Amino acid sequence: MSTTLRENPVEQFLRTDRMPHIWCPGCGIGTSVNCFARAVLECGIDLDKLCIVSGIGCTGRVAGYLRLDSFHTTHGRAIPFATGLKLANPDLHVVVYSGDGDLAAIGGNHLIHAARRNIDITVICVNNFNYGMTGGQVAPTTHHEKVATTTPYGDPEYPFNLPDLAASCGAVFVARWTTYHVVQLTKTLVKALNKKGFSFVEILAPCPTLYLRRNKLGTSVDLMKYFKEKSVIKHGANTKEVGLETYDKEIIVGEFVDIDKPDYLDNYNEIMKKRLGDKFQPWGR
Amino acid sequence: MAEIKWTTADPKGVLTGAHYIDGNHAACEGALAAGCRFAAGYPITPSTEVVERFAARIPLVGGMFIQMEDEIASSICLQGAVWAGLKAMTVTSGPGFSLMMEHIGFAAMTETPCVFVNVQRGGPSTGTPTLPAQGDMQQARWGSHGDYETILISPSSPQECFEFIIDAFNLAEIYRVPVMFMMDECVGHMTEKVVIPEPEKIKVVERRWTDKKPGEYLPYQPDPEDLVPYMVKAGDGYRFHITGLTHDERGYPAATDVEIHNNLVRRLCEKITKNAHKIWKWEEKDTDDCDILILSYGISARVALRGIELAKERKGIKVGLFRLIVVWPMPEQRIIELAEKVKAIIVPELNIRAQVAREIERIVKGRCPVIPLGHAGAGVHNPEDIYNAIVEAAK
Ligand SMILES: Cc1ncc(C[n+]2csc(CCOP(=O)(O)OP(=O)(O)O)c2C)c(N)n1
Ligand code: SF4
Ligand SMILES: [Mg+2]
Repeated sequence: MSTTLRENPVEQFLRTDRMPHIWCPGCGIGTSVNCFARAVLECGIDLDKLCIVSGIGCTGRVAGYLRLDSFHTTHGRAIPFATGLKLANPDLHVVVYSGDGDLAAIGGNHLIHAARRNIDITVICVNNFNYGMTGGQVAPTTHHEKVATTTPYGDPEYPFNLPDLAASCGAVFVARWTTYHVVQLTKTLVKALNKKGFSFVEILAPCPTLYLRRNKLGTSVDLMKYFKEKSVIKHGANTKEVGLETYDKEIIVGEFVDIDKPDYLDNYNEIMKKRLGDKFQPWGR
Repeated sequence: MAEIKWTTADPKGVLTGAHYIDGNHAACEGALAAGCRFAAGYPITPSTEVVERFAARIPLVGGMFIQMEDEIASSICLQGAVWAGLKAMTVTSGPGFSLMMEHIGFAAMTETPCVFVNVQRGGPSTGTPTLPAQGDMQQARWGSHGDYETILISPSSPQECFEFIIDAFNLAEIYRVPVMFMMDECVGHMTEKVVIPEPEKIKVVERRWTDKKPGEYLPYQPDPEDLVPYMVKAGDGYRFHITGLTHDERGYPAATDVEIHNNLVRRLCEKITKNAHKIWKWEEKDTDDCDILILSYGISARVALRGIELAKERKGIKVGLFRLIVVWPMPEQRIIELAEKVKAIIVPELNIRAQVAREIERIVKGRCPVIPLGHAGAGVHNPEDIYNAIVEAAK
């Protein structure tokens, strides 16, 4: 009797020579990468033209594990790097994959400006409600009153509503799922990858080692149950209403925004053509 | 043998002819002539004219300029453009330069060829936005954390802003380093005749593209001769990885490996120190039998010419001028040769902490006195002060 070992279809996207990865058992980042790899498989984009850019953090390590042209940049600055990459060669498909702290704290300014410009990139934000890499400090996504190493008595602040932030700054595609919703997340990522303009996908994920343990929220399995029970799918929801101020609030998930409008380069080319006429060669089109 | 491919300038970027423009505009034209096709920047006095000219000129040349939300963004945006295959730069002054430091280190670590222009103004902090200084010379060399080497170039006139920024781009490509183009407010805003030659007369270096195929290619395998690795760009099927972490020749993180770290950081430094003789650029005037040597750079070297003249006219003192064009790395051998012959070396510069003079002292090692002639900036030296320093040193 012979058995054939079937290769995992996502393996071709992974730098298997770099395994094992650094992520803790039960961490949600790996689940998100699995969904992303499946989305890449389905999206129809020429993989040689697909680039991935990360900042710094546990999520920031994603770029290093994917067998694509990949850039592990500096903390918070994946988006401006991606902007340069995309503008310099508009044939590239550029994905930013990073953490909540990276994208919304130190990199928050770049996030809002890239959305405002409608740069044609896809931003995937793994929100684990804290800074994983540095040991569980408070993030601008930490639930009100929850504990982190730098808010040992509870966080007095309120978190960003990231989908609303992205949407109000001009993102053309905005969605949120949790790592419980792997099927929906994968489908959404396919859409985000193929969407022209600035798309933003927030993925709520467990950080069992730090956030769950410190806040006595149980294991990753408990968090999956929490995601399952608290989540309400509302496609097209008003992003004003999807904030996650406290841990016990319902989690609204789904595709919230999906609109069409000219991206940065469309506008750039149109304006230049208008003013400069034949002296201008359309850029990258 | 390291493969360096020289070609001539793309005519699209070259405004051949005689112009009457300031150093900032000339630097922009030089960059375009050098093949720069991407710039990201954020306005700051006294460098703003460079981004303004870029914004106006680059759509006509087949390139792109974007004003980013800050200097942190500009200094990494341009590196994205480099990895997409373009030559790129940014330009700023003091406060913006401070914000760019982390990304100068990122460029050094990832060996991203690019040019940072700093039109220096007085500091610390907001300092003197509209007035000159040369107070960022040490910061430009080692302002980012960790060990690395880079190249600093300092022009003295608008013509040199045009010409030497082409050198800056060429050196950035040859050695895969961020090159610091250290202007100052005076040179940036000084208007003079600038002659731009025909494109065929402008020598430009191509990127060090690998001739290896995907699969065989190792992003950080250095050329055995000059220690510089060869490059690829995104989108060509290499599926390469770039990281600011300490990495091995595959470009994979190896951040806890002492040996890999040691070898990498040493190579990043040695690719400059061991090739320094190919990078040096300086100019000498009357150094054959001088008693006093003025050693300076940028606007200060130009101002010193008048002090030297005065010393000759009034006292008949033989004074030579040694003007550094590439300020780091320094032509140590030649400085030592001169130090053995002269009575003293005077170093006028627009900072009071002897930022370049202390390096001269280190090189000269007591062979002759090295006299720093600092000026806090917000103006240039009075030639009389240079004259007085010469007279004093000649006693
Ligand atoms: C300029 C700078 N400041 C601070 C750090 C330290 N640092 C590394 S990762 C990180 C937070 C990462 O948090 P997040 O983006 O949420 O990623 P996670 O680890 O949770 O996936 C911090 C503060 C750094 N690398 N660079
Ligand atoms: S610390 Fe948290 S985010 Fe980081 S790998 Fe571990 S579980 Fe994941
Ligand atoms: Mg996080």
